[in-house]
Amino acid sequence: MERSQMYRQLANMRKALFDQGFLDEQFVQLEELQDDANPNFVEEIVTLFYRDSTRLIHNIEQALEKNPLDFTKLDSYMHQFKGSTTSIGAKKVTNECTQFREYCKAGNGEGCKRTFEQLKKEYALLKKKLEAYFQLARQIGPVESACRPK
Amino acid sequence: MNFGVQGAKSMSMPSSSASWKSGDGVSDHFPVGLRVLLVDDDPTCLMILEKMLRNCLYEVTKCNRAEIALSLLRENKNGFDIVISDVHMPDMDGFKLLEHVGLEMDLPVIMMSADDSKSVVMNGVTHGACDYLIKPVRIEALRNIWQHVVRKRKHEWKDLEQSGSIEDGDRQQKPSEDADFSSSANEGSWRNSKRRKDEEDQAEERDDSSTLKKPRVVWSVELHQQFVVAVNQLGIDKAVPKKILELMNVPGLTRENVASHLQKYRLYLRRLSGVSQHPGGLNNSFVGPPETPFGSISSLNGLDLQALAATGQLPAQSLATLEAAALGRSTTKSGISMPFMDQRNLFSFENPKLRFRDDQQPQLGNNNKQMNLLHGIPTNMEPKQLANLHQSAQSSFRGMNMQPNSNHHGNQSSSLLVQMSQPPSRPQMFNDTNSNHFSMIPSSIAQPTLPSGMGSGVLARNGIVENARGAIYNSASQASTMVDFSINQNTDLPGNGFLLANNAGGQMATVASKGLLQEEVTSEMKGSRGLAPSYDIFSELHQHKSQDWGLPNVGLTFDASQHSNMRGGLDVPPSVLVQQNNVQNRITPFGKAIFSAAEESGRGNGPNIGQQLDTLLAGNSLRVKAESLPEASCQNTLFHEQYNQEDLMSALLKQQEGVGPVTNEFGFDGYALDNLPV
Repeated sequence: MERSQMYRQLANMRKALFDQGFLDEQFVQLEELQDDANPNFVEEIVTLFYRDSTRLIHNIEQALEKNPLDFTKLDSYMHQFKGSTTSIGAKKVTNECTQFREYCKAGNGEGCKRTFEQLKKEYALLKKKLEAYFQLARQIGPVESACRPK
Repeated sequence: MNFGVQGAKSMSMPSSSASWKSGDGVSDHFPVGLRVLLVDDDPTCLMILEKMLRNCLYEVTKCNRAEIALSLLRENKNGFDIVISDVHMPDMDGFKLLEHVGLEMDLPVIMMSADDSKSVVMNGVTHGACDYLIKPVRIEALRNIWQHVVRKRKHEWKDLEQSGSIEDGDRQQKPSEDADFSSSANEGSWRNSKRRKDEEDQAEERDDSSTLKKPRVVWSVELHQQFVVAVNQLGIDKAVPKKILELMNVPGLTRENVASHLQKYRLYLRRLSGVSQHPGGLNNSFVGPPETPFGSISSLNGLDLQALAATGQLPAQSLATLEAAALGRSTTKSGISMPFMDQRNLFSFENPKLRFRDDQQPQLGNNNKQMNLLHGIPTNMEPKQLANLHQSAQSSFRGMNMQPNSNHHGNQSSSLLVQMSQPPSRPQMFNDTNSNHFSMIPSSIAQPTLPSGMGSGVLARNGIVENARGAIYNSASQASTMVDFSINQNTDLPGNGFLLANNAGGQMATVASKGLLQEEVTSEMKGSRGLAPSYDIFSELHQHKSQDWGLPNVGLTFDASQHSNMRGGLDVPPSVLVQQNNVQNRITPFGKAIFSAAEESGRGNGPNIGQQLDTLLAGNSLRVKAESLPEASCQNTLFHEQYNQEDLMSALLKQQEGVGPVTNEFGFDGYALDNLPV
């Protein structure tokens, strides 16, 4: 059946996201919060995250263009950003955040900038993958489409 | 008065305001309804955490700025039980917010951050955060945050106790509970005490059981009687749970059950003795109906019981039931719940009580004896309550006292009316039920003292019309442990507020009641005799009803009305109320709560009562009086079937009308032990 195929496909997508390190256990926490009252909770959260974090990304970018770099401020921004990424379980993005903060503490401007570029890539990649995932999930319908991970 | 109207209103009001209302009819509602204030500038985190907390069945208010959070907290003093805040926020540092909250509201604060570095965590500790969560926060970490609310209350109680006039004589294993009961906690905000009480009770209940969902033991009249018999056999001083358990020989009863019940009982006895020590001026005015004691005993139907007892209508059994209920209910709060009633009884019977006491046993010294007389309704610290009532009038409400009296409130008035005519009947009744207790009590005098001790509110209720004040206070306490909490707090508040609210807003009452109580107390003393009892009666009725009818929420309503409403904010509560009340926190007007509870119970809507109580409590933190009116109406409904108290009640209520306006200062939701603005 087409539906079951879609289910399978969705499950595979999901598994890949976890296996490839894009998502971690925290994402499961979000999934568990989803219920009949909030059937699209995870998608809502992710959408909110991307909307809100745009602002932070922008702030960091601006701060990185300054000379000299204000590491304290950068660290503070990144700290905020990291709070969000960890909350949705964006594993790879979070790792980049951690790395970035290390460079900030070390006062390594170049390191910060490099890491930030990497971070943005991961951030955009995850967004694409999750968008595809949610789109498929919506197609399948409000039924429990994803099976528990791992 | 518009009791009917009010009653109806309160009844119909959803329990949404109740903080501790339970979603389903589960007996253990705490920490359901815990009122959490969530502060985080990150919208993603905010949304996730809110959902998690909601899934834990907590009531969540979220805001993304610390300033907003502070204003919310300030506006709604007892509107929250706990605060969870992020460390890094743009407008204000999380630690600063923590400081403010600690200073102004003294709520437990949990800090959160993605930063897990030791220095930040240490910062949290030094600023007084009760916990520190590392982001990403898992739902499991949030499920247990209620422990901080309980812990804080427990500590507050201890502080109050120490600074209060509570006798440390027989501090039970759970000092916090005692503290609540001894009503010395009045010093602190009633909310705190109430919440603590509720929480403590709940926690205590929990402590007894290894799991949160342990089924509650309902201390029926028979069971309680068995318990009392066993205790007396062993001697109150030598009665240890293990031996009592053996003597009782009840299958399925655990040592823990007995232990917690014994604690309550001891508190009750202490109260009784405490009352005797405080012959307060109140008594004088209320001296009179010895019958009231009955009322208190049967916190269940506070008013009715006593009144009935007095009139001989109330079967001994019902009184016993009430007592049992009161005690049972108040397992968690036994001491407190009754305060309402007890107080009333205490006061009204103060003189007689004192006399009694003297006759029977030295006041404090023989608490035990007296207790035995009463039947060991330990719950309501009646003696204390009464004393408190007096005290309250004098501004020294012990937390508990107020409450129990509230219960009495209803009883008192009714009892007063009723009993006046038949003082001797009461003692009889008790005797029947509590063989050992009542016999000792000199007809009327004995009664009052006992009831106070009864704490359970029920007892107190009945008797002392005179102690309307007390009754009010106590009644609240009866309902639930939560109530007790509030009671303590309430006691501080003017009698008026408490009397009515006692049952329900035990908690609320304390806070608000402080101020009000005094006023009310005096006023009550003066002439609201009739009124005061009405509350108790109601509350008692309420309680009684629930018991008799086996209302599922009996505990709830009972407590709920008392506690939850009282708690309102708090909490508190509640809580844990003996059975279920979330009472905790909302300390909505006690009177109302009681009423609603009573009404509910009367109608067999246990659950609603709790809610109503909340409503009541919320509405009238202290305005017991006002609430009492509705209660009166409620009672009529409830009792008329049983007791024909209607006339009495209405008469009482009318008197009460003068008492103070019922304002919904409490917003406590059962759990939250509403903070009744004092």
